[in-house]
Amino acid sequence: MRIASSPADIAIRTAKTRQSLQRRPQADLPGTLFKWLLISFTGFAIAFLGVLIVVMVNDGWSVLTGRLGGFLSNGFSQRSAQDAGVWQGIVGSVQIGIATALFAIPVGVATAIYLVEYATGGWFARTVELNVRNLAGVPSIVYGLLGLTVFVKTLDGFTQGKTVIAGGLTLAAMVLPIIVITSVEALKAVPQGIREAAYGVGATKWEVLSRQILPAAVSTILTGTVLSLARALGEAAPLILVGAATGFISFGDSNFLETFTGPFTALPVLIFNFARQPGEDWSANAAAASVVILILVLMINGAALYFRNRFEKKW
Amino acid sequence: MTTISAEELQTASGRRLRSSLARWMFLLASAITILISGLIIWTIASEAWTFASQVAADQLQTIGWFPRRGMFDIGTLILNSAQIATVAMVVAVPSGLGAAIYLSEYAHPRVRRIMKPTLELLASVPSVVLGVFAISFITPVVLSKFFDDINFFNKLAAGIGVGLLVIPLIASISEDALRAVPRDLREASAGLGARKVTTAIRVVIPAALSGLMAAIIVGFSRAIGETMVVTIASGGGDTSLFQTSIKESGGTVTSAMAALGLGTDQVAGDDLAFQSLYFLGALLFIITLAMNMLGNMIVRRMQERY
Repeated sequence: MRIASSPADIAIRTAKTRQSLQRRPQADLPGTLFKWLLISFTGFAIAFLGVLIVVMVNDGWSVLTGRLGGFLSNGFSQRSAQDAGVWQGIVGSVQIGIATALFAIPVGVATAIYLVEYATGGWFARTVELNVRNLAGVPSIVYGLLGLTVFVKTLDGFTQGKTVIAGGLTLAAMVLPIIVITSVEALKAVPQGIREAAYGVGATKWEVLSRQILPAAVSTILTGTVLSLARALGEAAPLILVGAATGFISFGDSNFLETFTGPFTALPVLIFNFARQPGEDWSANAAAASVVILILVLMINGAALYFRNRFEKKW
Repeated sequence: MTTISAEELQTASGRRLRSSLARWMFLLASAITILISGLIIWTIASEAWTFASQVAADQLQTIGWFPRRGMFDIGTLILNSAQIATVAMVVAVPSGLGAAIYLSEYAHPRVRRIMKPTLELLASVPSVVLGVFAISFITPVVLSKFFDDINFFNKLAAGIGVGLLVIPLIASISEDALRAVPRDLREASAGLGARKVTTAIRVVIPAALSGLMAAIIVGFSRAIGETMVVTIASGGGDTSLFQTSIKESGGTVTSAMAALGLGTDQVAGDDLAFQSLYFLGALLFIITLAMNMLGNMIVRRMQERY
């Protein structure tokens, strides 16, 4: 009888078995297809951003190269498209942005601090939280109704009617929930140990907050806030309801501070108005103004990213 | 030898006072958010009620929405809103979900770090710019190639524009949902020999399904509430005739509000036109609130599960 399992045989057999067990690397066709489907969907979103920018620059090219200086420094002109500019829109948007930030940031961050640091899960805190989440989904134009009735009409002693202040308050109400939500996330990310250590050396709650937690969370809070202000910058619908002027405004000789309580407009409202006028020249204006606002939005987003990367703390 | 008395060890009263003052300040701030909700509801409800109680039934069923002529066919606006939001979903759901699955399951961390800010940038493109894009590119360059008889202002282009706006929202909510699925599930699936595509389709997506549904619901609600794209690309004037074709123009609930708001000074005198603005606001508020609450509820339940 032959010994079948000589070391040499075993070696040959196992080699064969291993080879037959080992599947040749097959092309995973469905997997590859799925992956490329996903990539093409993602690419669609990114490509759209590219196409948008190219189309706007292309359509606005005559304005952007022909009369950029005048376009940036002129006011709105109802009479001719060649004289129309976006200066008043830029000024208005900056003013509204300042007013929005002044109203929304303190209230938003303070609400977040209450929710994270003080609330103990009582009915009040739960109501505030649910309320903020629901406010975040309210369409922007509904805030316009709030602005029209409350800020323009009821509070006209404070806002002087249809002014930058009324517009700023309206947009502040709109971005408030976003600021609260992002600030809550930022505060929750601060490790509990920091609070305990501070209490341990005898700090009061206010001292813990102002010296430890807020400095630790400020970069994330800033990022969220800046992004929400970028959203406010692009909003036209609520401002239209609050009564942003869609035509030329005469500032007269009033100074920068006085214009806060005068009639106002904003960059997106001007774009809307350009887009409504018939004719090639006006659509070139609309495209050029869109390029201007896109650049502003890009800058704000860049700033937010900078804050995030520069100051982000890793615990 | 110095002795320390009990008084000296006690917290200075100024520090304590400051701390309790701060507490009241924060409480007050959170009360403001509730005040805002209260004011929104009070504002809308009072004028909307005036409209609802004074409008005659035959004014609500006419050939379209002509508020200055006393014809308030709200059905027209609701149909247009639904059509435009549906077109928007057809555009936004595949792209938003696809991007989310790619970013959470496939993308290299380095790719992710570039894609996320890009999507955020997409989210902050102002809606008026999308409106301009719709009438300068989507309709004349793209849609007119496929349809000869398309109106310059049409619901299809508006819907596509709104859809492009909603993509980043859907992508970000669904990416959160997908990333909330525990790693163990993916590893267990891979351990059983499943391919990546199988793991994604049979394990991760079903586990995150409710979160993905929430993303779609919230996206739809956002599409219903979008104003400027529709106002520029479809609902031009303040009137709209009842038309079922999406190749025709038509205003939505939101664009009708913007149109009424453009002339708030003149509108005030017209029979019920001013009040109809608030009635539309109430309608919009209720629809979007219901959808958002549903979406939030689903998201929260999902967070509790994992």
